[in-house]
Amino acid sequence: MNDLLEQYRSLPSSTDIHRSALSNGITVLMRPNRNSAAVSLAGYLSAGSLFDPMEKLGLADFTAQALKYGTANYTFQQIYDLLESCGANLGYSASIHNTNFSGRCLSEDLPLLLELLRESLTQPTFPDEEVGMLKDQLLTSLQIRAQDTRAMAANTFDQLLYGSHVYGLPTEGELETVQQITPQDLRDFHNAHYGPRGMVIAVTGDINIPAVLTLLETTLGGWLNPDQSAEALLAVPSGPRTGERRHITIPGKYQTDLVMGTLGPARTADDYLKAVLGNNILGQFGLMGRIGDVVRDQAGLAYHASTSLHATSLCGAWEVHAGVNPANLEQAIELIRKELDRFRTIPVYPEELADSKANLIGGLPVSLESNAGVAYLLLRIERFDLGLDYLHDFIRTMQSITAEHILAAARRYLDLDRLVIASAGPPLVKN
Amino acid sequence: MADAFTSFTLPNGMRVMLKEIHTVPLISHWMWYRVGSRHELPGQTGISHWVEHMQFKGTDLFPAGVLDKAISRDGGFWNAMTYLDWTAYYETLPAEHIELALQLESDRMINSHFDLEEVESERTVIISELEGGKNSPVQRLSEAVQEKCFDLHPYRNEVIGSEQDLRSIQRDDLYQYYRRHYSPNNAVLAIAGDFDTAAMRTLVEQYFADIPPYTFEEHTLPVEAPLQGAREVDVQGPGDTAYLQVAYRAPRGADRDFFALLLLDSILSGPTSLNLFSAGITNKTSRLYQRLVRSRQAVSVYGGLSATLDPYLYDVLITLHPQSDFETVLTAFDEEVKRLQDEFVPQEELERAVKQQRAMLAYGNENITNQAFWMGFAEMYASYEDWYGNLIAVLESITPADLRRVARQYLDPEQRVVGRYIPDHSQVAQAEDDSDE
Repeated sequence: MNDLLEQYRSLPSSTDIHRSALSNGITVLMRPNRNSAAVSLAGYLSAGSLFDPMEKLGLADFTAQALKYGTANYTFQQIYDLLESCGANLGYSASIHNTNFSGRCLSEDLPLLLELLRESLTQPTFPDEEVGMLKDQLLTSLQIRAQDTRAMAANTFDQLLYGSHVYGLPTEGELETVQQITPQDLRDFHNAHYGPRGMVIAVTGDINIPAVLTLLETTLGGWLNPDQSAEALLAVPSGPRTGERRHITIPGKYQTDLVMGTLGPARTADDYLKAVLGNNILGQFGLMGRIGDVVRDQAGLAYHASTSLHATSLCGAWEVHAGVNPANLEQAIELIRKELDRFRTIPVYPEELADSKANLIGGLPVSLESNAGVAYLLLRIERFDLGLDYLHDFIRTMQSITAEHILAAARRYLDLDRLVIASAGPPLVKN
Repeated sequence: MADAFTSFTLPNGMRVMLKEIHTVPLISHWMWYRVGSRHELPGQTGISHWVEHMQFKGTDLFPAGVLDKAISRDGGFWNAMTYLDWTAYYETLPAEHIELALQLESDRMINSHFDLEEVESERTVIISELEGGKNSPVQRLSEAVQEKCFDLHPYRNEVIGSEQDLRSIQRDDLYQYYRRHYSPNNAVLAIAGDFDTAAMRTLVEQYFADIPPYTFEEHTLPVEAPLQGAREVDVQGPGDTAYLQVAYRAPRGADRDFFALLLLDSILSGPTSLNLFSAGITNKTSRLYQRLVRSRQAVSVYGGLSATLDPYLYDVLITLHPQSDFETVLTAFDEEVKRLQDEFVPQEELERAVKQQRAMLAYGNENITNQAFWMGFAEMYASYEDWYGNLIAVLESITPADLRRVARQYLDPEQRVVGRYIPDHSQVAQAEDDSDE
């Protein structure tokens, strides 16, 4: 084990990750990479779509996307002139729990990027004209989504899996709810939910830690919002009581997208990494694991057929995705169902277990070769309280997982009596 | 800009490029073949891409089901891609495992099985991939525009091929095509990462030097005349959103005008990133965004330019605002193009376009896989050292007069294709619920 840890000594750890807080409480994480000529930053604050009123679903995301459309000191035009003139990026989006941001620039332009981050986060004005333009774009993107079989299958899956829980609602909203949102709604949302409490920022790449800390304190350390709302407490989703199935017919399409799955472990659950390892065997390893082998390689039914695990601090979703010809939909569903049943009945084979462990551990350097990859790791460490030496813990934990652990996780989560099946594409073919 | 690298050619004709980068303990290994949809004969569209799929289906040394696990087991990732002019296979691995990539690629250069059962299984997989693409309105429009842009050149065909050809191509067609095009003298090997060049050269020679070259007579490509007159193509389909695509013939990747058009594209529709593994930057200060999106005639606009062996396309795709119409948008588009043809671009705007390219290249260089990509990619059209190495210097040498000349020469309204995706608003999505059993 020590040899293995030594082999991965170059991975981010407590020896080279800096963690501190600005005077207003914003958590800062940094890790330098002097081999890069650029800097990446990423972060989040507690202003997610869970605060959206039902009649104005999409409000958090709309607010996030409008932050750069005009501020107290800069117009839309000035902000984008500054960003694009130096080839920098700064973007915002909302997820259920958080509003997230990310940016990057050449290292010489970091002061400018942080100045625009401060302006857009703390002093957006949401000008009527600019908000109207963005609203048109968002409404069009929702019309495009309604024609996107993959997006519609995914949304339908979330609705069936989470029911009335906020996890079942689309962060980007619906046509009729986004239509209701006004510039004043954005201002109100910003005033109520944006603030330093719960905010985290990670900076990686060509940085000098003391200099960047000073810069961050100057730009963001003085931001206060006494009206910032308390963090919302959400109930843990219970999932459907029985299996559910729904197909969204979208005329004029050629292929059906399919999502099947169940609730999965929370990110902080004891068996989360056991499920991660099992998921790798089930639908990722090699060319999409067992599911890819059965659905694509053996049956030739799909170009893509794989599994994924999504998790928050409350719960997760364990999903199978595939794109199939409409005539093959039922066959694909049956093959996947059988494979899930096998996975929760028979322990994985020793060779599979060893392969996937090697894949997940060996793949760490690859996933962390970019500055952005490291920044997102730092955010995950903070959000889920994983500890600065998480990657070393990850390696140790992975090594200790057995086939029985995976079987237990599969039995606990992949309950086929509560399997959700969502599809979108041409009309169902009646056999 | 092309940091120190070593290149050499094996006696069997295989070009090799090695670049040491010691920032992380990774190596990326790319095998490029000079074969793509450009080399396909009528009735065999899609065969290059299908051969690429079959290269994952096994050899004696790495049987099907073993091959795909070998890289993953060592913590690497791998994939392949087929384009107009080339097919590329890559593996990025922890440095200590890189020999596996050399072993695997040298093996499947000559030893792939093309088992009949695997061919048939892959036929339906590829048709599924084709059907997935056809779900997208933009894809359907782009296919129609691309076909309309060429009368004879194979660039008119989609890389994935036509469904008719995908249903008729047989195992022996695929195998012959593979034998013909997969040889060391038709390949470029590019490796970047944490290695010692002398040791890597020894490994490369060990795995590839004994593979014999294969010489074949390339079929002569038909000569494609310039477009005579403006062309139009309409595609009707489901949805509520209309798209307009305008496509012009572009200079080949090795042409100096390609770089001028790259900057022109930055100014007109926003910067196109040539990186494979690094996203670009926003385009909200580009002239077309300002003209079309800010005025609510469109909701998005993007330009596209690819380096190719023969003259291919420069295109602009515009998503129309629901309250706008094709004629209004096209008129505004034409006025912006005409401004580029009539007036010099201000020096400041030109310098911004150059800096955007410099920034995107820096982002791409964070990534070992992308650095290896660049070496082989550039060699498909020109010399890496000249093409990529001088990229920024060439961009910095381009003048406003160059841009005006290129705008006049290539963005000719009488030599283009205008495509329209006309949505059929009558088709509405509906949900169908079933009980589980």
